[in-house]
Amino acid sequence: MTTATQKADSRARSARTGSGLDIEKIRQDFPILRQTIHGKPLVYLDNAATSQKPRQVLDAIARYYEGTNANIHRGVHALSERATAEYEEARQTAQRFLNAAHSHEIIFVRGATEGINLVAQTFGRAQVRSGDEILITAMEHHSNIVPWQILCEEKGAKLRVVPINDRGELMIDQLENLLSERTALLAITHVSNALGSVNPIREIVAMAHKRNIPVLVDGAQAAPHIKIDVQALDCDFYAFSGHKVYGPTGIGVLYGKTALLESMPPYQGGGDMISSVTFEKTTYNKLPYKFEAGTPDIAGVIGLGAALEYVTNLGIEKIGAHEHDLLEYATQQVSVISGLQIIGTAKDKAGVLSFVLEGVHPHDIGTILDQEGIAIRTGHHCSQPIMERFGIPATARASVAVYNTNQEIDVLVQGIKKVKEVFA
Amino acid sequence: MSDLRDLYQDVILEHSKAPRNYKQLPEANHKAEGFNPLCGDRFTIYVTMEGDAIRDISFQGSGCAISKASASMMTQSVKGKTAAEAEKIFARFHELVTGHAEEKNENDLGKLAVFSGVSEFPVRVKCATLAWHTLQAAIEGKQESVSTE
Repeated sequence: MTTATQKADSRARSARTGSGLDIEKIRQDFPILRQTIHGKPLVYLDNAATSQKPRQVLDAIARYYEGTNANIHRGVHALSERATAEYEEARQTAQRFLNAAHSHEIIFVRGATEGINLVAQTFGRAQVRSGDEILITAMEHHSNIVPWQILCEEKGAKLRVVPINDRGELMIDQLENLLSERTALLAITHVSNALGSVNPIREIVAMAHKRNIPVLVDGAQAAPHIKIDVQALDCDFYAFSGHKVYGPTGIGVLYGKTALLESMPPYQGGGDMISSVTFEKTTYNKLPYKFEAGTPDIAGVIGLGAALEYVTNLGIEKIGAHEHDLLEYATQQVSVISGLQIIGTAKDKAGVLSFVLEGVHPHDIGTILDQEGIAIRTGHHCSQPIMERFGIPATARASVAVYNTNQEIDVLVQGIKKVKEVFA
Repeated sequence: MSDLRDLYQDVILEHSKAPRNYKQLPEANHKAEGFNPLCGDRFTIYVTMEGDAIRDISFQGSGCAISKASASMMTQSVKGKTAAEAEKIFARFHELVTGHAEEKNENDLGKLAVFSGVSEFPVRVKCATLAWHTLQAAIEGKQESVSTE
């Protein structure tokens, strides 16, 4: 059991490293957190899989369906005009969130996965030729591996992989060596979902651009934690998912530089992506509509807009600072548990604490923690090559969000001790 | 905690730590690999069939406590049985772990009855049945690996 001294100590620690955010007040915004699981208060530490949604997002979606619902970009009636305005307002919110130069550089997609597939199927199909190389890294999620494998297979191109070291950090010198005149694109994650490692994207983009190689960044795990400035990063594409940044599922953003987006063929054909259609010829609509065929997830976009506003109002830097404190506290606390090994010990980490426990399979850890009300993820995290790199079948992964507290980390630590008791 | 103890019974923990028949079987004439992509469990089952009888059986691989203990206890329970008998035990075992067992059948399962707690943990059913599905594949002589997904 946690002693009173330990509790006081953890409170003192949280006060000392405080980000200035009132976490208890923030927790009130998330209705789902007020429940018990197996009779214990829910401790939600599976945020890298998906984050919970604040009342502000839930209300925005309900408000849309209750008072605004109409199709966009075509109606002359009041509801359609309002729905269109709200939809386009969310695009501007996303533009500000990424600091994109233009709102037409924001393409709404289903999530980071679809964003990456869009680039592979449009830019990739038009630009990649037999003998070319697509460069990725050893810490990619399957969503930033498989679309490129499909493309390489189709084009006779080759997938090259930048290795990582034992701490789970990208080997930058190797990356530099692998960039060549054959490289058609570098596709790289901003933050590793399985290890938490943060990649120095700005430096990497500069390296690639020196050789005129465009760079796609998978920002699914970065968007909830790090201030993103696509102009400062100078990346060519940036994709993220709404549901990991307190927004609804099924909606995300692909950012692309205007010149590239304009040069790319469309992704899907249909309504809204055209300016005129005859059976002989179709003229495509301008950006961003060229890439948004069909009626989009309007409510999802409005919900995403609300989520990005929520994050912006709290301050992404403050959120990142709070999560950094949590991660540091958690790392300290679990490090002293005998038999526990942290997987991913990069100097620069965000959000994720992956670990293995000697003699206990991660799946068993997950089941026992669940009985304590603690939600974590166990398995290979859609990153099987990372598991192979570390010679393990799976890890247990606790991942934090703005609403998590040091007290919850204490519950996690007690839970891990219980796992050890069961398997003693 | 009581639910947890139902799942992680001492017999199960003991088998997961010291699995029986955990080796390769050089003379095996049937073999199959089973994979649970959800948690990364991966086992190879080796079987020496003599006519219709399972003369010898072993396994190797890695997985959670439930899957490993299940594989270990399976090898003990089917050794010397015919393929049809093994099939029948699996059917009963499947009913047990999915919570559909009749009490009289539960008694037939002998030691395997310790897996009854799995029925309270639906996501763990695949862990408990992976070895059994793999055994089926081995006996049927399927070449491709078996996946629970």
